[in-house]
Amino acid sequence: MNPDVADGAPVVLAARRVSKSFNGVQVLFSVNFELRAGEIHALMGENGAGKSTLVKILSGFEQPTSGEILLDGQPTKLPPNGQAEALGIVIIHQEFNLAEHLTVSESLFLGREVTRFGVLDRKFMRAETRRVLDQLGSHVDENALISSLSIADKQMVEIAKAISRDARIIFMDEPTAVLSREETNYLFRQVRKLRERGTSFVFVSHKLDEVMELTDRVTVLRDGQWVKTAPTSILDGESIAQLMVGRELSSLYPAKQEPSVDEDVMLSVAGLSTQYVQDASFDVRKGEILGFSGLIGSGRTELMEAVAGLRSRTAGEVSVRGTPVPAGDVHAANRVGIAYMTKDRKHKGLLLNSGMTANLTLQSLDRHGEHGYLSPKSEAAALERARRRFDIRVRDGRVVAGRMSGGNQQKLLLAKVMETEPDVIIIDEPTRGIDVGTKQQIYHFISALARDGKSIIVVSSEMPEIIGLCTRVAVMREGRIVGILEGEEISEQEIMRYSAGLKKKTAA
Amino acid sequence: MTASEDAAETSARGRTWRDIDLRAVAPFAALALLLIVGALVNPNFIGLNNLANVATRSAFIAIIAVGATFVISSGDLDLSVGSMVAFVASIMILFMNSGAIADPSLMLAAAVALTIIIGAGCGLANGLITTVGRIEPFIATLGTMGIYRGLTTWLSQGGAITLREPELQTLYRPAYFGTILGVPVPIVVILAVTIVAAFVLYRTRYGRHVVAVGSNSDVARYSGIPVNRVRTIAFVIQGVCVAIAVLLYVPRLGSTSATTGILWELQAITAVVVGGTALKGGAGRVWGTICGAFILELVGNIMLLSNFISEYLIGAIQGAIIIIAMLVQRSLVRKS
Ligand SMILES: Nc1ncnc2c1ncn2[C@@H]1O[C@H](COP(=O)(O)OP(=O)(O)OP(=O)(O)O)[C@@H](O)[C@H]1O
Ligand SMILES: [Mg+2]
Repeated sequence: MNPDVADGAPVVLAARRVSKSFNGVQVLFSVNFELRAGEIHALMGENGAGKSTLVKILSGFEQPTSGEILLDGQPTKLPPNGQAEALGIVIIHQEFNLAEHLTVSESLFLGREVTRFGVLDRKFMRAETRRVLDQLGSHVDENALISSLSIADKQMVEIAKAISRDARIIFMDEPTAVLSREETNYLFRQVRKLRERGTSFVFVSHKLDEVMELTDRVTVLRDGQWVKTAPTSILDGESIAQLMVGRELSSLYPAKQEPSVDEDVMLSVAGLSTQYVQDASFDVRKGEILGFSGLIGSGRTELMEAVAGLRSRTAGEVSVRGTPVPAGDVHAANRVGIAYMTKDRKHKGLLLNSGMTANLTLQSLDRHGEHGYLSPKSEAAALERARRRFDIRVRDGRVVAGRMSGGNQQKLLLAKVMETEPDVIIIDEPTRGIDVGTKQQIYHFISALARDGKSIIVVSSEMPEIIGLCTRVAVMREGRIVGILEGEEISEQEIMRYSAGLKKKTAA
Repeated sequence: MTASEDAAETSARGRTWRDIDLRAVAPFAALALLLIVGALVNPNFIGLNNLANVATRSAFIAIIAVGATFVISSGDLDLSVGSMVAFVASIMILFMNSGAIADPSLMLAAAVALTIIIGAGCGLANGLITTVGRIEPFIATLGTMGIYRGLTTWLSQGGAITLREPELQTLYRPAYFGTILGVPVPIVVILAVTIVAAFVLYRTRYGRHVVAVGSNSDVARYSGIPVNRVRTIAFVIQGVCVAIAVLLYVPRLGSTSATTGILWELQAITAVVVGGTALKGGAGRVWGTICGAFILELVGNIMLLSNFISEYLIGAIQGAIIIIAMLVQRSLVRKS
């Protein structure tokens, strides 16, 4: 814990008995929250507990239905739409919002462009952008268009934007959900540096280890109610998880189940190349969970999209149960039972303006009626099933996907892909933004699918997830599979060695 | 626990009022308002005869606009519909004048089939140019708008194309002027087209695909939806709707010229937008569109019946309506 944050450090921002309802549905119940000068305060809770909502209220993006906000001890009505920035309050949104057609440096200086003699001083702004990005250890080109960036890079730009604004209070709503460990380390270094200067942070995350590592105090919300605030040092991951879920959690990962060696090969990929991926070969047997690890940008997503027919391939064969699957044809891939769950739920996964049902059944409409006609009854039944099976929690069943909490969006996306009842399931970042309790459910769910004889590929940047779940792990580096690890070899150190290029073996 | 009971109570109260989707209701409220205004302006206005007349005259735009609802919901735009009306109508009349089939009934049936096929073909051309040719729909249909209009001018040699066979004329006339169970045929056709369209858009897989493609084509692609096929079919539906409008148009005047259907694309798009369909795609409201078409026609009718606004201002008023509709839509979005 930061020694400067003695109990006596002044409270800079506080919420007093804050409640919030959306269209008459209450999501926050008389919550109290205090942020001290120079502290990093973790805000924890299950999906839909109200963390993002509280953060939005404390930064002026939403107004509380009742209760008050105190800034430096004075009751304040924060100005809406990010104008609180003038008061030194900055937020990095969970579902970030960058204008796609701007360049990185333009979006960093959006709304506070630097001019010289009335003309935009682009040179200065570019140099300044470079400096901030370098501090964050990001290699993003300051002249690149936002639309051309990966999600992780967009997140880095969003962070750079907040950090460059000389804020006193910075809210970070799951900033690390899409970042690699390395990028996270750079971010934390900057955060600590700013804390020394007295900046206060509110840090929302589902990654318990990060919370333990970075934060000074923790506040836990459950079902929209305040549960506890305590110094991080007297808590551990286990106790936080229990406070969040309100019950004891059994082991996070189910027992691993190796498929027998003579089990049929379900999916076979041989010599597959795309623009970036070179000569990837691997097999997945029936009932197997194969992990794909590697640094961000190592080509995992591109490879998987090529397997699922979402991307064309320049060479190679994909076959399911021995039948070749034509290249670049999503339909053909779906027909033989390959389903791919994207990691970009906002842009490629969900229709943010449609409700839950329309999203859930979008990929499997054939199942809900004959000759193209849809049966609302059958769709409603599917939604009921999915909500139970994936524990999708919304307080208002007709909410549009874009207004669901981040974790519940993720569950809806997973449910949507599962609706197609695939035999080969490729899941890209299965638990991005999901709370521990649900994580556990999803891991058990994946494991149950494997026991049912499905073949599963898990692409994940979360090492513990890969290690805890998979019986074999392929590691990718710079577009190639540099090794496929089994049994005892599957460990954090070993995977790191392969992904950093220190070790290599020819793909099996 | 009192807190959550409170919540349950407020949510029960909140619900009833949220059931009303303002965007869906707005066009019908506007229609009701116009009817009241019209009745105040001129007592003849509210008479069943006058209203049936208005509805009949709105048939062309209404039916074309139903097709436009599909194109716009899928995120595209078709500017060529007005020219397409002129082109398809010219071909239909030329075919009937050709005397290729002696029997008038058979001839009429063949002409109807041909019209539908040509309409669908024009729509298909628009669709393929936008999707396979990857040209912005605005530009692609601006191009075909010129092409269809130009072809019509060439076919008519700058003049009019008139249906010559008197026998065919008599046979075909009731398609516009007749009634079914006392209801004018055009109104019956509007209803039929709308019911079918609403069914397709709301109750079929294809309709769901249209909305998905219009709201986010990446999500649609990742969900295994054949995006280009869905968009192309929407253009074909638009073409067929244009053909149906032509089937009603030809018996009315029995002739077309190079100026037929000018600015109808503007009116069709206005009807769609006034009806509450978002121009950026992702949501379609078929009944709203019909309501929008009525509103446009009613405004014209009220102007005719009243003495204080010149009917030569109709175009300006209709232009103003689309802007107002957009403003209303945006303010409703912000509130919800
Ligand atoms: N604009 C809105 N309209 C209606 N309901 C909303 C809106 N914003 C949030 N909600 C609802 O409020 C509840 C709390 O959502 P919130 O986003 O604060 O959760 P969260 O704790 O951040 O969860 P996660 O960990 O999944 O991000 C959810 O039930 C959500 O559906
Ligand atoms: Mg959240």
